[in-house]
Amino acid sequence: MPQFVVLWTDALIFLLLFMAVGFGLYAARKEHLRDPWRSVVESKVGVGTMVVLLFYVTIGLLDSIHYHPTLAEEEQSNGVTHASEVISLFDQMVTPLRVRQEKTYSAPLATHQYAKETIELPDGTQIRDFPRLLHGGAHLQRPEQEWLPDILRSVAIGTIKGGLLTLVVINILIMFSSIGTECGYGGQAKRMLLGQTAIPWRVVLLTLGVLLVLLTVSAELSLKYHLLGTDKVGEDVFYQALKSIRTGLMIGTLTTLVMLPAAILLGIMAGFFRGWVDDIIQYLYTTLNSIPGVLLIAAAILMLQIYMSNHADQFNSLLERADMRLLFLCIILGVTSWTGLCRLLRGESIKLREVDYVQAATAFGVGNFQIILRHILPNVLHIVLITVVLDFSGLVLAEAVLSYVNIGVDPTMNSWGNMINSARLEMAREPIVWWSLMAALMFMFTLVLSANLFSDVVRDAFDPRLRSSSR
Amino acid sequence: MSDPLLRIKNLKTWLGSKDNPVKAVDGVDLEIRKGETFALLGESGCGKSMTALTMMRLLPTSGRILDGSVMLGDTDILSLPEASMRSERGGRMGMIFQEPNTSLNPVLTIGDQIAESVKVHAGAVKSEINSIVVDLLKAVGIPDPERRVREYPHQLSGGMKQRVMIAIALAGKPELLIADEPTTALDVTIQAQVLRLLKDLQQETGMAIMLITHDLGVVSEVADRIAVMYAGQIIEVATREEFFNDPKHPYSRKLFESLPGKARRGQPLAVIEGTVPALNQEFKGCRFADRCEEVMDMCHNQIPVWSEIGEAQGIRCHLHNMDVVPVANIRKPVVQQPEEINKKPSTPLLSVDDLKVHFPIQKGVLRRTVGHVKAVDGVSMDITTGHTLALVGESGCGKTTVGKGILQLIRPTAGSAIFDGNELTELKGEALRKRRSDMQIIFQDPMASMNPRMLVGDIIAEGMQAQRIGNNRQERSERVNDLLSKVGLSVDAAKRYPHEFSGGQRQRICVARALAVEPMLIVCDEPTSALDVSVQAQILNLLKQLQDDLDLSYLFITHDISVVAYLAHEVAVMYLGRIVERGTVQEVLESPQHPYTKALLSAVPVVDQDSKRQVIHLEGDMPSPADPPAGCHFHPRCPEAVPECQQAYPQQVQLSDTRTVSCIKLS
Repeated sequence: MPQFVVLWTDALIFLLLFMAVGFGLYAARKEHLRDPWRSVVESKVGVGTMVVLLFYVTIGLLDSIHYHPTLAEEEQSNGVTHASEVISLFDQMVTPLRVRQEKTYSAPLATHQYAKETIELPDGTQIRDFPRLLHGGAHLQRPEQEWLPDILRSVAIGTIKGGLLTLVVINILIMFSSIGTECGYGGQAKRMLLGQTAIPWRVVLLTLGVLLVLLTVSAELSLKYHLLGTDKVGEDVFYQALKSIRTGLMIGTLTTLVMLPAAILLGIMAGFFRGWVDDIIQYLYTTLNSIPGVLLIAAAILMLQIYMSNHADQFNSLLERADMRLLFLCIILGVTSWTGLCRLLRGESIKLREVDYVQAATAFGVGNFQIILRHILPNVLHIVLITVVLDFSGLVLAEAVLSYVNIGVDPTMNSWGNMINSARLEMAREPIVWWSLMAALMFMFTLVLSANLFSDVVRDAFDPRLRSSSR
Repeated sequence: MSDPLLRIKNLKTWLGSKDNPVKAVDGVDLEIRKGETFALLGESGCGKSMTALTMMRLLPTSGRILDGSVMLGDTDILSLPEASMRSERGGRMGMIFQEPNTSLNPVLTIGDQIAESVKVHAGAVKSEINSIVVDLLKAVGIPDPERRVREYPHQLSGGMKQRVMIAIALAGKPELLIADEPTTALDVTIQAQVLRLLKDLQQETGMAIMLITHDLGVVSEVADRIAVMYAGQIIEVATREEFFNDPKHPYSRKLFESLPGKARRGQPLAVIEGTVPALNQEFKGCRFADRCEEVMDMCHNQIPVWSEIGEAQGIRCHLHNMDVVPVANIRKPVVQQPEEINKKPSTPLLSVDDLKVHFPIQKGVLRRTVGHVKAVDGVSMDITTGHTLALVGESGCGKTTVGKGILQLIRPTAGSAIFDGNELTELKGEALRKRRSDMQIIFQDPMASMNPRMLVGDIIAEGMQAQRIGNNRQERSERVNDLLSKVGLSVDAAKRYPHEFSGGQRQRICVARALAVEPMLIVCDEPTSALDVSVQAQILNLLKQLQDDLDLSYLFITHDISVVAYLAHEVAVMYLGRIVERGTVQEVLESPQHPYTKALLSAVPVVDQDSKRQVIHLEGDMPSPADPPAGCHFHPRCPEAVPECQQAYPQQVQLSDTRTVSCIKLS
């Protein structure tokens, strides 16, 4: 039985997950919330991006279950049954990627190192050449001839496996969705594949298929090669990029969790009570807004760094240190970004407090707290939702920028920002090392693009003005 | 018979998706002759505006014209290419809209906006444009046009803006002016001005006017011929005389009967049950069959055809084809003597004395108060149990603020309001919260007064919960069901959302909500002005019946004199924050004493053709309450003003037990 370790961010991300599920259950009972979501899942772009995002979220969540792995029998000694290192469930699943380290740079799918080294031949002579990699393509006897056929074979096997997997998943999905419909399995399958269902299942299945094939192909290749090469210390870049998903998601979502209570509470209070409450809150956020955000973030992160180096004993592992820094980054980003939403909510509340039904509630003698909870909050929720979804991609990008200027996440933590940061030197090198940067960009681009497309769909569905014009 | 200027044949306009189209205009035929005023009359949602937009080819993106032709003179409007259509629009066909505030661009001067139209359509040389613009402004009766051309829309009042809109439409020298509810957003005195202007312009230029409206009064004032539209079709066409003396279609007859007024006091108004049917269905029979009292079997399964009666007159009804004499000619009701209003000398339920509500005007960084908007400036009145006091006045005179001031939704600046022995203005916190159950309010817009996110049952139960009426959920929901049936809704309404109901039903829900806390006084803030005539009758009947059953008192805030005549016991006329005349409904409506009351009453368009009245036209608009004129507030517009009026605000004159007037001429 492994010994679980719950990091702060892990706890919060699961809290957020439960809140999202809870909100989903609540929304399912409320027609005014269910209706826009229905139009989200009925849009092709909406479901397509949802599948992509789901992939990212799954990896992120798997990477958020941390534990000390159990040591193998022969390694156990004097009662120590668990390793001191902390790994995540995701690490466990991709162990080959994690442990197969090279010496230094190697290009994607390479069999030889990227830099020349002095190699001692069996006969004792020394030559300078590109040495063979320890793991990448190590099974090939004569890489020059065998490399290309081997790659092609792996791709083909991966595609077939992916195809089979897709078929299985599609069948399961069809089976589940045909339950409760009278047309049965065959009929449901026909409707889904011909695109006659309300939810565009065809798009879902297509996206799913593409992703699954990509998954199996890359799995097949990374068992024998380094799919996206290795970095300066010989770590697999593909593994780094995958690990960075968690960091990106954390920044994008936890920041929201930090900022929402302040923004909602203060925004509604300012708009509803007006008077001196409004004055104080307005001054607070205009002041905060006029301090450059980067400055505030830099100051907070530097202070945290000093604190951590002075109290090193409070942190059990490097991972915990890095995690604390990530959490702080989320908090400080939240502190600098609640003002926008707060301002929006204040304006909306000012409008709502004059609305007849709020006046009617006042005429009934309903208390202020009740009015806010029952009349104001549900009527500003769409703004909150739109802002949260729109902000997500911006925050993921912000992480990359902050890490690039060294005030982002801990350097030991895998993040796209750190990858881009290290690429600064790699790009200046001759010959250049381009795969680190490209891997980070590719992964980040896919996430941000689908998040942006998804948020567009969500906004169209929830914004009352856009909705009334389209109907 | 002069040749028709515009001829529409079998016009069909559908909106929305292909699978479930809304047939907004479903086979409309009509003709408009040169120089006549043609009124298109109908309830909201009948396709009146859609007909006009189709004629202008200004349909929303989801709209499409399926069939039919629109001939303007010899031009087939529907087959013109878009480029030449642009010169027709605003050229031979002009259009003015309901809401002048949103029809003008707020960042351009009105001169520029008129000049734009002049440039496109009059083809004038640059140097001439300015003088043409000034002439146009002069033509629509805007004083001092040379100065006004440089002003922005926000510097003009609503009536002025509508005049500017008319000027823009006139720039193209239209042969046909389409006016889509041009006076609905305006006050009666302003409405009278605009209607007279349209009539004058028509006489000068000889253009035809197509007037789209729901107001029978306006129709009887200006229209030459009338077409009644119902559920996407024209159901009756007649000349004004024919229509008002002998409406043929059961729907038209019902419309007349459902009008409130003095003659119908004390008896319930005729109502047209139900609502306009949804237009996305396939009709098998007459569209009015479900609401018609003279319905026959064939009405449900045979579509009535259009039949001509005489010259350019027609009807779409089975009754006509069968030559059946209507069962009973109930059109002319027996004019009952209005019931004597029993003047109980009892102590009033609510007694308001010198109530003032001033809003500070703040300027600058430090928010110094530089003045006050005197929305309510010394209002006194009494309401007795079981009586209705109508508060009448134009928009912006402070009627609504009085209502909210009494309910303490806006805290009054000064004055007192004694309700059932309690001084309301001094109540605070918990004491005020408890007292609130005795006074309730019903708003103008039933949609805005209900939280769209709540179930109707929860909306009604909200007040009970706050006032701790009913011990538990069970008791409350039983009471909700009682209330729903009391206002004539089915019990399952509690489990639905407000948007699933029609306007009239929503207003019923609002009434039920107010009743939930067992109030003694209900402030009705224009509860019927957002509703169609037939629906208005339902609500008025309901309010009247509830008053009889529960001995409720109403403070009825309205601008509609016919509703006052029907419902009120006493009337208070308000102008610029003060009550200028007060008395029983007979006293005020039969023999108004204050010049403003006289003008207000004369400006109301009446349906009754027999009473030819002299309209007293008031010039200008109501001044701003931030800066009321010295002396009598009304003197700048008063036709009977004398120099002394500027000296001081006139004292209240007690004319009888129940009657006070504030005018210098009477003291």
